[in-house]
Amino acid sequence: MHLETLDYWSMLFVFVLSAFIGIGVIRRVSRLLHTPLMSITNAISAIAVVGSIIVTGSEHPLPIRILGAIALFSSMTNIVSGFLITDRMLKMFKVKKKNK
Amino acid sequence: MIYAITQLSYIVATALFIFSLHWMSDPKTARWGVYSGVAGMLIAIVATWVQPEIIIHHGWIIVAIAAGFAVGIPLSQVPLTAVPQRTALSHAFGGLAAGLVGTAEYFLWLGGEHENITTFRMIAVIVEIVLGYLTFTGSLMAAGKLQGIKWIPQRPVTYSLQNVSNIGLIVVTLVLGTALVMNPLTGWSATVFMVIIGLSLLFGVLLILPIGGADMPTVISILNSYAGLSAVAMGFVLNNKLLITAGALDGASGLILSIIMCKAMNRSFVNVLFGAFGQVQETKKEGEEERVYKSETPEGVAHILEHASLVVIIPGYGMAVSQAQHKVRELYDQLKKRGITVKFAIHPVAGRMPGHMNVLLAEANIPYTDLVEMDEINSDMPQCDVALVIGANDVVNPAARYDKSSPIYGMPIIDADKAKTVFAIKRSKNPGFAGIENELYFLDKTWMLFGDAKAVMGDLVKQLSGANSSH
Repeated sequence: MHLETLDYWSMLFVFVLSAFIGIGVIRRVSRLLHTPLMSITNAISAIAVVGSIIVTGSEHPLPIRILGAIALFSSMTNIVSGFLITDRMLKMFKVKKKNK
Repeated sequence: MIYAITQLSYIVATALFIFSLHWMSDPKTARWGVYSGVAGMLIAIVATWVQPEIIIHHGWIIVAIAAGFAVGIPLSQVPLTAVPQRTALSHAFGGLAAGLVGTAEYFLWLGGEHENITTFRMIAVIVEIVLGYLTFTGSLMAAGKLQGIKWIPQRPVTYSLQNVSNIGLIVVTLVLGTALVMNPLTGWSATVFMVIIGLSLLFGVLLILPIGGADMPTVISILNSYAGLSAVAMGFVLNNKLLITAGALDGASGLILSIIMCKAMNRSFVNVLFGAFGQVQETKKEGEEERVYKSETPEGVAHILEHASLVVIIPGYGMAVSQAQHKVRELYDQLKKRGITVKFAIHPVAGRMPGHMNVLLAEANIPYTDLVEMDEINSDMPQCDVALVIGANDVVNPAARYDKSSPIYGMPIIDADKAKTVFAIKRSKNPGFAGIENELYFLDKTWMLFGDAKAVMGDLVKQLSGANSSH
């Protein structure tokens, strides 16, 4: 398996910077939308799907791939339900009432 | 070449995720946030999948993804009152995915890829499995409590030496973790790894046992943060920067929500996790006489509502439980028709998760411009003619302002007691969740309406619409 040289420091760098970006962006999220915010960040953190695909699809022993497949199923469930329910909730936030 | 394309796609996906959260700042642009998030996710999945050297077993991936759709679609269609449990459940899925990938990676290393083991990666993989598995069982417990599943105790469970044994568990896990980092390849390493998994699963359960319903918004936020951080740890293990950025965004979101929730309850993280709220004042002081509530009929309330000019409605978990939001909307329409200003005062911890009330009221088609935050509405409360409390309790208890012996002392509240008249709809005469008597209910200007919130609101609407047609 091809593996790039590990660069811990650059990874920690990326982590710290993205945490700061995250804090900056999320502080500005309207309090009205905290529930949809939580469901959308849930879907986004299901990015674990990337790791799950690698573990499931690679040439690994069977038990390992089974673990990967369960992880892939869990992440996919979060992606699908997270984005769908966020959109469903956001559709409801309107300035004016629709009918009458 | 493929490697460069993959990395480039990951950068694009990261940017799309950041935009996604940026657009959540305003309800007008928020749906763009969903589209951009979906786009980012699609790019990430495709870029990972299309790596011919790495991905061989396509059938497996297709089956697992199809299963994810099969479960995910129904999960997204739950009634909005069930959103807190769904959220907790998805944190559980997130934690499980991280835990399983971490486990798989470690056993791959152990089974031959010894060169992949470094101190840094061992630390990362242990953090990943501990956070992943404890989020898994903790979130399942939280979801169970929220759903009201029978064999999961709803009330906070406390026992003697609870905190001591929990801290002991943390220490044991830390010691085992350190031992494993230093000896990742000895004969007992796999066993220790499994023991750490077991302890993490156990710890998740123990962490949620003492948590009561009023603390759920904070706990859900903390679990959200853990789920994100376990994805970050997975990124460190797999050397994948997209996992790190996306996980950090989720972790930051959970962290900020937890801080907001803690501030709104005037409590600290440690206090929420180890405090077992509501156990403090369970029993009434002896010799204290039974205090009496003044009740009012729907006719009387309707009459006073009709003559008000500013009505502030304060919803709480009781509204969610009885699904009264649509009846609330009818009342809102009736009052608006009479030219009465109606505002909703939303306490940050009302309900069982951050923003719970806003979503329910939005579902009932109430314009979000009439949903006002606690800090903004409080200055208007003295001008308010009628404060209508629907199934909220601790968030309007004035004891939080002056009674130093009260467990909720210091918690910011909505000043319902400053309104000229207060009506409170309450299911039963028992004290609220935290077992604290609510001083608001015994004020001279307060009248109670006992009953299910939906039924009471229905009666009120009937009164108002009847009176309207006779004019």
